[in-house]
Amino acid sequence: MFEAVAFYLFAFLTIAMFYITVTTAQALYALTALAAGMIFISAFFFILGADFLGAVQIIVYTGAVMALYAFGMMFFDTTRDVKEKNGNKFIVVSLATLAAVMIVAIFMAPIVSTNMQAFYPAIEGIGNTQMVGVVLFTKYLIPFEVAAVMLLVAMVAGIVLAGKKMDLSLTKMSAAQIKEIEDKDKKVLS
Amino acid sequence: MEKYLYIALFAPLVSSMFSALFTNGPKKQFVGIIASLLIFTAFVSSSILLTHILGGGEVVHVEMMTWMHTGNLYIPFGFVVDQISVTMMMVVTLVSTIVHVYSIGYMDHDKGFNRFFAWLSAFVFSMMILVMSDNFAGLFIGWEGVGLCSWGLIGFWFHKDIATWAANEAFIMNRIADLGMLIGIFLVYWNTGSLQYDIAFPAFANLDTSTLTMIGIFLFIGAMGKSAQFPLHTWLADAMEGPTPVSALIHAATMVTAGVYLVIRSNELYSLIPHVGLFIASLGAFVALFAASMALVNRDMKRVIAYSTLSQLGYMFAAAGLGAYWVALFHLMAHAFFKALLFLGAGNVMHAMHDELDPFKMGGLKKVMKGTWIMMTIASLALAGIFPFAGFFSKDTILEAAFAEHHMVIYGVLVFTAGLTAFYSFRLVALIFHGEERYKIFGIHPHEAYKFMLIAMSPLLILAMIAGVFQEPFFNMVEEILGAMEYHIHSHVTVWIMLVGTQVFVGLAILFAYKKYSSWSTVPDGSSPMENSFIYKLLYNQYYIPFAYEEYVVKPYNEISAMMWEVDKKVVDASVDGIANIFYTTGEKTRDMQSGNLSTMLKWMVAGTVGLLSLAVVFGLAARYSDEILAILSGLGV
Amino acid sequence: MEIGLNHYLILSTILFAIGLVGIMRRKNLLLLFFATEILLNAVNIGFAAISHYYGDLTGQMFAFFVIAIAASELAVGLGLLIVWYKRHGTIDLDTMTSMRG
Repeated sequence: MFEAVAFYLFAFLTIAMFYITVTTAQALYALTALAAGMIFISAFFFILGADFLGAVQIIVYTGAVMALYAFGMMFFDTTRDVKEKNGNKFIVVSLATLAAVMIVAIFMAPIVSTNMQAFYPAIEGIGNTQMVGVVLFTKYLIPFEVAAVMLLVAMVAGIVLAGKKMDLSLTKMSAAQIKEIEDKDKKVLS
Repeated sequence: MEKYLYIALFAPLVSSMFSALFTNGPKKQFVGIIASLLIFTAFVSSSILLTHILGGGEVVHVEMMTWMHTGNLYIPFGFVVDQISVTMMMVVTLVSTIVHVYSIGYMDHDKGFNRFFAWLSAFVFSMMILVMSDNFAGLFIGWEGVGLCSWGLIGFWFHKDIATWAANEAFIMNRIADLGMLIGIFLVYWNTGSLQYDIAFPAFANLDTSTLTMIGIFLFIGAMGKSAQFPLHTWLADAMEGPTPVSALIHAATMVTAGVYLVIRSNELYSLIPHVGLFIASLGAFVALFAASMALVNRDMKRVIAYSTLSQLGYMFAAAGLGAYWVALFHLMAHAFFKALLFLGAGNVMHAMHDELDPFKMGGLKKVMKGTWIMMTIASLALAGIFPFAGFFSKDTILEAAFAEHHMVIYGVLVFTAGLTAFYSFRLVALIFHGEERYKIFGIHPHEAYKFMLIAMSPLLILAMIAGVFQEPFFNMVEEILGAMEYHIHSHVTVWIMLVGTQVFVGLAILFAYKKYSSWSTVPDGSSPMENSFIYKLLYNQYYIPFAYEEYVVKPYNEISAMMWEVDKKVVDASVDGIANIFYTTGEKTRDMQSGNLSTMLKWMVAGTVGLLSLAVVFGLAARYSDEILAILSGLGV
Repeated sequence: MEIGLNHYLILSTILFAIGLVGIMRRKNLLLLFFATEILLNAVNIGFAAISHYYGDLTGQMFAFFVIAIAASELAVGLGLLIVWYKRHGTIDLDTMTSMRG
């Protein structure tokens, strides 16, 4: 009973938040609604017993991703209304619905048609976090490491792209040149 | 021996390739010399092979490489040197060596000197493939190759409209005949499962007569085209537009005899179907007479010789059709020698007379062109069949064969034609070399050809005189493979009567020709009663056959083509254009998709995803429920 | 009323559809990024639900990797966005027409 109430409540909230995200004309509203939606989604993870995933969802999305978006938005002019496309709404909605239904149908097909066997069945009496740790660092070790490398690369790429004077190499420059650049920066600041 | 086979085969190819390198450049004397040397090398190799075969050596049979091997079809690049092909190789290489050397002088002032040798050597190579191949497919390659080279050489002076026209005529007529030949080859493969001579011919014995008749007729259609037999004969006379050495080599000595070679090569086939053989013999005799009659009145020196070639090809077919294959082959060889000599002599005369071809405008040339006069006289004697020259032995044997086989009509026609042959040959000789010097009216100053050209011709002269002595050894050589039999007429008296009678008849014809023409003094202008008689006109216009072809084949064909062109425009072109237009309009309409607007692109991407996903779902469902769907479909009666 | 796998999958479908709508109608690149986040999260719900109802942790593992990918995509994407904004002064999708055919 409690589960059903929680599911419907959070389902409603999530849908509402995401709907606001994609329809609002205010970028700030969209950002806030998205952050809220992310937190509500973590609620489903808790309901489903994936405690660790829920925690990660809150930390990564609301903590890191949303903060990044917030910083990003500071670069852009977000105060004015966002102009939207005035296309045929019917086409957009029907295409989206169709695609979503198809994807789910394809994912469901093997589940419905055959008896799926669990590869890594959950063991009773052991916490979800522990289980996740065991599976992640045994069966999925290589994907995990690859993901780590990928994040590192993404981080470097983000810094290089967004940072200033990233086309200069301080190690290859003489002390005098570095000094010159620093002086120029100071002048700009003052 | 294989070594010599390959040398004989590929030396002409090397020569052709080498000459082809210089086709764009100005005349280079060494091109002609090197080409001649290479062809001479081929001749030497052929001679070695001939001595090998003559000495009772084994037939040289090599398989150079596999050409086609798919399923049951196996065609190698195989070559065989047996008694028949070695004879042909000797004829081809000997005549072509002489013609190559002769051409160095003849083409001396021509811009296309180097190109000429490239074509000429390519022809020799194709001809060698034709005669040496051990299967029908290789023979066909050579067959088409000589056709191509013949086209290139007839139209060698392509700036002349008439030359290109004649080249195309020859090529197209040969294509018509080649279709028949190709069908014949297909039938051979269809019924015997192989194109190799040594597999196909023994298999013929097991086939029924109607199939064999079909094969024989279709192969003979190919031979008719290449050897210019009636009704496909018109191209040969027109082919004289090419340079005279070409006429000597291709349109007298070698290529046109390829049809005879084919019949001789397929002797095992034609021995099984004597009724087709009889048809070939009758057609041969008819063509012999038919061509000779046209040669009687023609006023173009080269055409007269061309008609005589046609006539002699008729003799060969008559012999081959009657089963006297070795006689046909022997006549082919002897004819190659004296006819090439005749043509080369005519070339000398043409050179001297600045390309004038009408013998009525010559006369009295023997004073300035003694060498040529002697050669042409002897060649004409050989052609007429006067003892002891080459033609006597070969032609007389054909007559004996016809007599011994009791085909009196054919025999009679051939004897009569022999008289005509003698008449028109010496009409030519008398008009060119004797009588008044009519050319002076036209202000021409004739001169004898280069000495080395005459020396080059001398082997042919000697052969035209003495080829008769080869009859016995030749017979002994080919006896084994052609199942040859000597034709013995029981009564010696009959033989002597025939011999002497023919000789006297021919001699009288020669004397008549001399009497009539050796003191000719005027250039006919079309006003004499003889020139206005019906028969003269009929013969002079070649029985109106070219006219009929023009009127009843070419013109209707043109009209049909014009009509078909309309159909083509309205149906074929329209549908092709329509298809193209569909793409154009589709592209024009869908251009908006590529607006460069990423938002639109995203929409299209989603639409594409939906499309692909629905396909996946549909096929997934179909696969999942295939049994049920099949049950439903079968219930519906599909 | 028992909440089953289907409920979660339907929810996932709805969220995915909302994300797609966002992708198709948004012109502002930043908001487009938001929409992609919605897509990824919708799928994550599906993974987690399947993982729960079949007692298999693979679904959760995939959800983790999806989150990792989302994070790195965001880092690079935002970097590119900033570069673009510095150059052109706008992040409007309609102004990016250099791919016009």
